[in-house]
Amino acid sequence: MSSVAHVFRREFAGYFITPVAYVFIVLFLALAAALTFYVGAFFERGRADLLSFFQWHPWLYLFFMPAISMRLWSEERKTGTIELFLTLPVSTAAAVVGKFLAAWMFAGLALALTFPIWLTVNYLGEPDNGVVAASYIGSFLMAGAYLAIGSCLSALTRNQVIAFVLTVTVCFLFNVLGAGVVQSVLGDAVPAELLETLASFSLLSHFNNIVKGVIDLRDLVYYALAIGIWLAAAAITVDLKKAD
Amino acid sequence: MLALVAAQGLTKRFDAHVAVDRVDLEVGAGEVLGFLGPNGAGKSTTMKMIAGFLAPTEGRAAICGHDVTEYPIPAKRNLGYLPEGAPLYGDMTAGAFLAFVAAMRGLSGRRGRAAIGLAVERTALAEVLAQPIDTLSKGFKRRVGLAQALLHDPPVLILDEPTDGLDPNQKHEMRALIREIRPSKAIVISTHILEEVDAVCTRAAIIAGGRLLADAAPADLAAWSPLHNAVSLTLGARFADAAAASLEGLDRVEAVERRQADPDAVRLTALSRDGGPILGDVGLLVQAHGWEVNDLRTETGALDDVFRRMTQPEGEAPDHV
Repeated sequence: MSSVAHVFRREFAGYFITPVAYVFIVLFLALAAALTFYVGAFFERGRADLLSFFQWHPWLYLFFMPAISMRLWSEERKTGTIELFLTLPVSTAAAVVGKFLAAWMFAGLALALTFPIWLTVNYLGEPDNGVVAASYIGSFLMAGAYLAIGSCLSALTRNQVIAFVLTVTVCFLFNVLGAGVVQSVLGDAVPAELLETLASFSLLSHFNNIVKGVIDLRDLVYYALAIGIWLAAAAITVDLKKAD
Repeated sequence: MLALVAAQGLTKRFDAHVAVDRVDLEVGAGEVLGFLGPNGAGKSTTMKMIAGFLAPTEGRAAICGHDVTEYPIPAKRNLGYLPEGAPLYGDMTAGAFLAFVAAMRGLSGRRGRAAIGLAVERTALAEVLAQPIDTLSKGFKRRVGLAQALLHDPPVLILDEPTDGLDPNQKHEMRALIREIRPSKAIVISTHILEEVDAVCTRAAIIAGGRLLADAAPADLAAWSPLHNAVSLTLGARFADAAAASLEGLDRVEAVERRQADPDAVRLTALSRDGGPILGDVGLLVQAHGWEVNDLRTETGALDDVFRRMTQPEGEAPDHV
């Protein structure tokens, strides 16, 4: 298991070797704030909660998470370092998990740096900090699910741009399964049970549950399963594609 | 001798294309096996399979007795591997990269520092440790790749074209290093530079079209050359015709090749009929006729001659392996 830690450390440090990571974080924070205050009408709503902040996360992550995950494996395959890396005494599973955790912690760092918004709402009013904490946890879990999808798709190609586009596409599909518009369009054509099943696969609907302030075991299990299954798929993909 | 590297019936097929076809190999401690073959012959594919990176379609490979497919982790612990082209994490500094590999190899703290120190000393990398690998010259990159493979002092080293792209001085250093570490290790290197095999290898394996065509000591391989034990003599042009005829008259001479060395000298090469020494016979002939010979020498047979004959489809490849 120590190899997971070493892989994590190298990968995490790798984000900060170039200034891209800092640019990324600044851009993420700026966009999150702009959406909250301008589009989300944080002040106009006059309510001491962070719904106008968290409701944008599924859509914000749609572009930011694939940008974090796209290089995880495609770069190793393109430069050939995957051959060096996977002939070190490390299992594919440990390699996949180590890299995923590095991406997840980087996303977590970006998310944690949004804390001034939480300070702001506490300064302005008396929000339910339990709901805020639950929302942060939900947002972090959702980021993990996006990144697990991104890990797998990054292993599929040597090209980072293709990895990015694929990940955006798949994440978008998993998001809209639960969006009201899609549900009502499909509602006429599809039996209600199927509709509900589809919605239950959606990253969005589970996030919306958590943002309400209720951390249901089902939602936690959903994210754990989503991350686990996509990482298992990533490990299989890495083994299949590593030598191509 | 215990085989530290063993491959049996190693085969790799990509769809219909057979890249490696039933290769059997054994390499013991103290041996350096030079893998020779034209580009695309299957050298790298074979090495990738032995290193456990590529799963064989059929057959098995083991390192220090650990099957690389079934027990990859113990097999990889005993292996130092330099992949083709020496891929490295270009954005890391050489020092950070070696520290990462040491950590992955379970070498931490003082043991890690000692291991890195020794590898850096052996590959003369000290001056570039703080530089990002991307900014290093090709020679230094190759040495970082080698340092990485040597770090944990593994009993088995697999080096895919370790001297590719190095200048003659660097090649010399690399070969000196391989000779230095040879006694305790089983080393497999691939190359298409034949002089390298003479310089560092105790055995040479020739592979072409995915098949192992020969596996023998370089000197034994060279003995397969028709030039082996041939005798060349350079003499005045006026003796040439008579000398050629007399040489051809010898029982143990298969044929005589003739080449104009310069305007008034001719070089005759008498090929041995059975590959045995014929210098004595030729010498007696020279003395008996009193030819003025400028140069008289026994040819050993060139490895590249054997290599070309074996790896070119039209040449008849000897069947024994």
